[in-house]
Order: sequence, then structure tokens, then C-alpha cells
Amino acid sequence: MSGLAAYEPIAGPSTVAELIQLAKRLADRRVVMVNSTRVGGGVAEILNRMVPLLTELGLDVRWEVVEGPGPFYRVTKAFHNALHGAPELISQEMYDLFLEVGRANAERLDLDQDIVFIHDPQPIVFVERRKRRPRARWLWRCHIDVSRPDQVAWSFLEPFILRYDAAVYSAPAFTQRMAMRQLLIAPSIDPLSDKNRELNTEEVDAVLQRLEVPRDRPIVTQVSRFDRLKDPVGVIDVFRRVRRSVKCRLVLAGGTATDDPEGEEVLAQVRDRAKGDPEIHLLLLPPNSDVEINALQRASTVVLQKSIREGFGLTVSEALWKARPVVASAVGGIPLQVQHRYSGLLVHSIEGAAHAVKQLLGNPAYAKRLGENGREHVRHNFLLTRHLTDYLLAFLSLDYTTDTIFLNGH
Amino acid sequence: MEAPSAAVIASKAGTGPQAFRFFTSLVLQESTGLRASTLPVLVKLLREVPDSCIYYHTHYFLLQHHYLTPEPTNDFAYWVAEVLGEGALGELLASIDVMEHASLQSLREVVAGTIEQYLQQNPGARLKFVSAGEEFFFLKSVHVIMPTSYTASTLADFAQVLEHISVRALYFHIFDARLRIGQPTNDFARWFTEQLGLKRLGENVSCLDPYAHTLETLRGILLSLIREELR
Repeated sequence: MSGLAAYEPIAGPSTVAELIQLAKRLADRRVVMVNSTRVGGGVAEILNRMVPLLTELGLDVRWEVVEGPGPFYRVTKAFHNALHGAPELISQEMYDLFLEVGRANAERLDLDQDIVFIHDPQPIVFVERRKRRPRARWLWRCHIDVSRPDQVAWSFLEPFILRYDAAVYSAPAFTQRMAMRQLLIAPSIDPLSDKNRELNTEEVDAVLQRLEVPRDRPIVTQVSRFDRLKDPVGVIDVFRRVRRSVKCRLVLAGGTATDDPEGEEVLAQVRDRAKGDPEIHLLLLPPNSDVEINALQRASTVVLQKSIREGFGLTVSEALWKARPVVASAVGGIPLQVQHRYSGLLVHSIEGAAHAVKQLLGNPAYAKRLGENGREHVRHNFLLTRHLTDYLLAFLSLDYTTDTIFLNGH
Repeated sequence: MEAPSAAVIASKAGTGPQAFRFFTSLVLQESTGLRASTLPVLVKLLREVPDSCIYYHTHYFLLQHHYLTPEPTNDFAYWVAEVLGEGALGELLASIDVMEHASLQSLREVVAGTIEQYLQQNPGARLKFVSAGEEFFFLKSVHVIMPTSYTASTLADFAQVLEHISVRALYFHIFDARLRIGQPTNDFARWFTEQLGLKRLGENVSCLDPYAHTLETLRGILLSLIREELR
């Protein structure tokens, strides 16, 4: 069983049936998705699963990727950091390069579609081309936490954003007061992907053995890219506080994305901080290590996500889907996934995170209950089927101006 | 297209009861960009935002957390109690009986009025504020309503379908029909009474307080009432 039918036992047959009914209203619409990378990071991961399913649902979907020289990715990373609110000096040359590469890509790609779905800032300037086909609908999908953006960078992007029919954000805190429609669509996890599918005990044990992580004591894990905003150094500090009173191991597992030139620098800092500590397992995983990540999350006693900022923080939903108790920073989209004291614990500091991890390690029954609630929360709100439905609703809603849309039988 | 005022379709023979057509309601969330970090700002915006905001914040949680028992409170009560830390006001807002309000305007009045009265009695609460990112964000919902493939011509058919429809379909016929589209009862009760002539069942279903149950519990109660009638 593959494709949509495979989601019926997990999301429910009625959910899949409604998705199919809805998609009939959009049959044969031509959609182009554009982002900055096919590998690494949450956006590429979602598109890899979503594009084939949208096609199965009857839409004519293409996925294009922005191409640019190395310095372009330095510029886009600077934009990314600035939109997250970090101080970044973006020079005129950098703005010029951003525009030049964006325009060259817009020229290269076929944007003559019914729906043009642009992900994140890298291809944002493509909207300059919309005048050539005024009836097409344009959506800008922002996966970044722009709740407190650097105002210079935001002012540069805002005129482009306003030219779209709607902007799509992952969480309410990311929206601004703008004279345009701002839709809220949380990202999702795919319960059938290698990263989230069920694994048996033997599979989990084999991965842990291969990665040389002993299971002699509780494991605290953070899975994330080696990115400053994921605070891997802070995670080590949390672990060292916890270990003062509870014997445990720390697994810091992740890789770097092709569009992230800072990854190596952050990794070097983490290596330095973890040096000589046999209970810290620093795992630099290559792309496509999905089964390994799945097994590590399932083998964890507590999963940590101590981010400083988050576009959404889907690793939290991944862990919750495996019914793992989670301790996570109350940033970005994480409070949507974790209801404090109900489906996990939200924290604001290294001290708070250490205290929360100790609480969960010391109270297995409480930890189990949080994990089980978390799994149900993800089942109903953060699976791919809900995400697909939201995208179809967004496409459809662009044809209407009312808050209630009645569709005829089909 | 006109709103389906009652989810009935003509029977094939043109005589006898009309069949019930099950609809579903899918929700797209939209931000207004408005946010409140204090109670005075919350109440000011409460009086300005569109009805669809009031609807969203007093109803969407029912769909979002339908698997939890007990259900979390409405968005206003949750924010006031859990984020702002005004537990007593949160309790008052959580206990507002939505069933007593036939319109969103009336519901808006009671929510705003409850906060204003509390602020008069507890002026110190005016000064409380939350930090950036923890504000109350005013959202609204865009509802896309469409027919499902399910219909029922008899009560036995109806019971069978009711077991399988999504919680969103259940939500549409119970909640949307009553408040959002301005009907005094719900679609199921109307069909039982008007098409099947089952007045007692219609009354029992009409009297149910849907806000006191999770959607799955509600499904169970409805099925029990129908099975009792079938016996």
C-alpha cells in the first residue's frame, strides 16, 4: 500500500476521503513550488513527500529549486538570521546579489502556472514576474520565525511580500499588521517516512549499536542541524546540570543543509565544548539518516529541543509522534506542538530545561503520560494529511473573499 | 451557492422523508495581525474584530483538542488563566455558557462584558502584561463547507453513517448549524423531527449541550439515543 491510501489507518479514512473530495475542486490546476534546496532541512523534507501526494490528488505540480553561486547562500543565510532577529550587516552588494540571482532564476524557470507557491526569501523576488499573467495566484510561504525581524531586512522584503495574494506563516506570532491576507498553516511530519515509521526493538537496538551509543543509562537527545539558533552548546550545558544528580547520556545528532554555510563553524564549537566527555555522543549524520534519527528518538528517555528561535521545530512533533516526553523552548511554533504540562514541558532557559529534564527522568509515569498525549496531539494536528488539506484550502480560498465558502457536490 | 439551510436532499421517489446529506466543514486559519498583551487591549480589540474571530476563539479549540477529556477551555479563558495568570477571570470566561447565546454578537458582548466587569472589580489586573510572543493573537477561520458522499434515508442508515463520518462533519451539523449559520437547534434534531417524525428523539438531540462534551463523546451519546429509539 502506498500513496494516500496508506494514510487511512493512521489519520482515519474520513480524513483521507475529505482530502480527495476537496482536491477534486482543484483538479488539473498547475502549481509550481519553489524553494532553495532539495536536500536537508524541514522545507525540502516536506516538499519531497507533499509534491507526489498533491500529484496523486490530481493537481499538476512541479517543484523547482533556486540555483546560485556560493556567495548567494551566504547572503540568504544572513537574511535568514536577520529575519530571526539576529544582528546582521547586509551590505548593498549583498542586496544586489540577492536581487540579481533571484531575477536570473525567475527568468530561467517556467512560472506560467495557475498557482505559484514561493517558499522563504530566496525566491521572493520572483513575484516581479506576476504581471505577465495577472490571473495566476501567488503565495509566499514563510517557514521562518519572523516575530521580531531585523527591521532593515524586513523593510527590504516587505514590498515583495505585499505583491503576493497571501502570505502563509507557521504560527500566529510570526504574522504582522499588513494589508494582505495572512494564512496560518503549520508544517507537518510524515508518519510513513523512514524518520517516523514504526521501528521494532531489533531495528532500534541495531542502530544504537552501530552508532556506539550504549543503552546502560537514560538517554537525553536533541536532534537538529548544527545551527546556532538550535543552541547545541546550550544543550551540553543543560546536560551537565542534569548529570550532577542523574546518571544519563546525551546524544546530539544532526547534519548540515546544503544552503547553510555556517554549519561547520557551529559544529566546531560544539566539538570543542564536548571534548573528552564520554557520555556526550556527538553524531554528525549524513543526509538520508532518517532511520537512524527515528531510532535515536525512539531510544531516548527524554527528547530536548532547546532552540533559541525556530521556524517551527518539527523535531518536536517527530518525538511526540513516537510518544517521547519532550522538553522544549517556548519559541516559534513549539508552543503549538507542546501544551505545557499536558503534552510536554516548555522552558525558557538552560536552568529551566535542566530542571524539566530532571523532573521527567525522575517521574517515568508522568513522562509516559505526556508522551502519549503528545502523540494524539500530533495525530490530529501535525500529520501530512492535515497539511495537504490546508494547502488545498489555501489554494481554493484565493478564489473567494468570504469567510464561509460553500462548495457544490462534485 | 446558498448555505445549506438544512442538510436534506429530495428522496428519489419524491414522497416520504427526504434523505439526510452529510456535509463537512474544513477550517483554514487566518491571522488578523492584531494582538493584545494586556486585558484592556484585549477587550478593546474584542469589540472591534469581525464575528469570525469571536467564532474562532470560542469554537476552534473544540476541533483542535477533540480527543482530550476534559477539553481545554476556550482561547480567551486559556490565555487569561495560563499566560496572563488571572485564574479567577479565566474561570469566569471558561464557564460562559455558549448555548445561551444565539448569535456571535451576543457571545462577544458577554465575553467583553465579563472582562470589563472583572477589571472594574480588580483594577490591578489592568497592569498585568505578557512579553513579546506570548500575546493573545486574534485569528479568524475561513470555513470551506462541502457535501460528503454519505447520505441516510432511515434512522438505521443514519446510525451507520454517524459511526464513520469525521469529527469535522459532526462539528458542522451540531455547532455550525446552531450558532454560525444562526439556527436555534442542530441539523440532526431537525431531520429527526421534520423528516422522520421522531419528535422525542429530536427534542433529546436538540437539548444536548454540545459544549459540555468532546466530539467523540458527543458521537457516542447520539448513537446511544438513536439506538434506543431503534429498539
